[in-house]
Amino acid sequence: MAIYKNVRQLHEEERPSGKFMETISEYLSSDHHRCDDLFALAEELAGDGKWERTATEFGAFLESMRHHFAMEEEVLFPTFEERTGMSMGPTQIMRMEHQQMRGLFDAMAQAVEKRDQDDFLGQAETLLVLMQQHNLKEEQILYHMADQVLGGEARDVIARLRAVA
Amino acid sequence: MTPQAGLSFEQAPPILVPFRFFLSAPVFGVLAALTLLWQGPALFDSRWMPPALALTHLMTLGFLGLAMLGAMFQMLPVVAGAPISRANSVSLGVFGLLVPGVLTLASGFLLVSPELIRLAMGLLGSGFTLFILAVAVSLKRAANNPTSRGMRFAVLALTVTATFGLVLASNYGWGWWIANRIQITSIHLAWGLLGWVGVLVVSVSYQVVPMFQLTPAYPKPLSAWLPPGLFVLLLLWTAFTLGNMEALVPVAGGAIALAFALYAGVTLRLQTQRRRKISDVTLLFWRYGMAALLLVLTLWLAGQAVPQLDNWPGYPFLLGMLFIGGFVVSVVNGMLYKILPFLIWFHLQSRLTGIAKIPNMKEILPEKAMRRQMRLHFAAVPLLALAPLMPPLIYPAALIFGVSMLLLETNLIFAFGVYRRNLKLVS
Repeated sequence: MAIYKNVRQLHEEERPSGKFMETISEYLSSDHHRCDDLFALAEELAGDGKWERTATEFGAFLESMRHHFAMEEEVLFPTFEERTGMSMGPTQIMRMEHQQMRGLFDAMAQAVEKRDQDDFLGQAETLLVLMQQHNLKEEQILYHMADQVLGGEARDVIARLRAVA
Repeated sequence: MTPQAGLSFEQAPPILVPFRFFLSAPVFGVLAALTLLWQGPALFDSRWMPPALALTHLMTLGFLGLAMLGAMFQMLPVVAGAPISRANSVSLGVFGLLVPGVLTLASGFLLVSPELIRLAMGLLGSGFTLFILAVAVSLKRAANNPTSRGMRFAVLALTVTATFGLVLASNYGWGWWIANRIQITSIHLAWGLLGWVGVLVVSVSYQVVPMFQLTPAYPKPLSAWLPPGLFVLLLLWTAFTLGNMEALVPVAGGAIALAFALYAGVTLRLQTQRRRKISDVTLLFWRYGMAALLLVLTLWLAGQAVPQLDNWPGYPFLLGMLFIGGFVVSVVNGMLYKILPFLIWFHLQSRLTGIAKIPNMKEILPEKAMRRQMRLHFAAVPLLALAPLMPPLIYPAALIFGVSMLLLETNLIFAFGVYRRNLKLVS
């Protein structure tokens, strides 16, 4: 349904003059930023009642979130858990919050189908707060911890993050 | 940052930990409005009269104090990765001491009762001591970011404010008299409004302004240096004040004013660059608050240049109405409208997922109800600010402000009712 750019292609475009992003923090934080933009666009379109375009942009947002979660759940979290031996710590909570967000994605998708503006905007508002406080915890705490714990391995981890489809 | 900092990702404290504070705060706003109506234009005779002190403390300790303390219980785990341990008992203790403390302090002033003031001193002194100790322990292990660093300065400022406040209250409690009471009052007031309230709002906005509206982040030098800078300037200003260095006091004061003006200007600018285009009540409350802050700073600077203005008895009321009512109450009101419905959603989803449909934030607290209250608040502030010039205005101003606070309270209770009704679905 959605016409959106390949996620990795977008990363290429965002990167300043082909310089390789050096930390996990920078790499994943900039991906948050990109997801936020797609969210804001979908919300704005729904606010204006432009449902065709809302469906398209919301689809792009969902895809970018799916990809972001995959990078974390398939690469970052397992690597982090392996290095620190903490499998019930912060990563567990982050996974749980991903689940909570997925619940809201479904509710929003249903609202798009029904073209229910109040419901969509109400769910979007809820998602925004949940997503932002989640991102805050990741950007200010977890990603920094990952950069510290993984140290020299960080480049390799970023390469594996980039390989996630 | 030490590797251990922020390791504890414990979830939010039980819902009543912040909610007992949030749900009680507007009641003190209503009490403040009733005090205004009761006292009428006579209130403006002098800022030193007990009713003016009662009014000020109902707003600062009652409305703002409770709302901000509740928010800190909630925010410490999220923004600093450092929850307050035994949050429920601590919050219950702090709440149980502060609420009767504020009520006895205000009645002590209004009824001119030294006994009540002494009782209030015991309650408020122990309530703040408990809170400050609990937060200090938590902030010691907090993640090191501009917000948690700023919170440390804010809590230090709260300590200074409370200490000087107790010294001043002892005047009324035992009938003795400090020779430099005017200086001590200025210091108490500056640390309370600019140090504790101001620095806390600044530090929290580093997180919430970008978060709720998707604005760019505050410039790094500003977010790193503003709280410690304000703290040092307040220390200098205090030293100059106590040392009677009359030429230097306005210099330090002017620097503090400019620092806050810079903050307000940057905040308004960031909000124009927001990536989230949808406007909401929180954004409008913040903009209104920043505009009021800029206005009050301009008026303060004008007072420094024009002695006639500074000597006018209505002037401190004008500044107070704009700073407390226009700036801080607006910002706090806007924040409550985000934090409360979100927390209700958050606590419901952990119980209801898979069992029942979870109401979204706008079902928990409808937009219309928030906007209605917001418009009343926006109308009340200019009337309150003009009342020192035209004293009879105090009646419509107080009435509108009181209704606004009452609607805020009913809105918050409505939201909490949604929580309780939905929770029944589980049991």
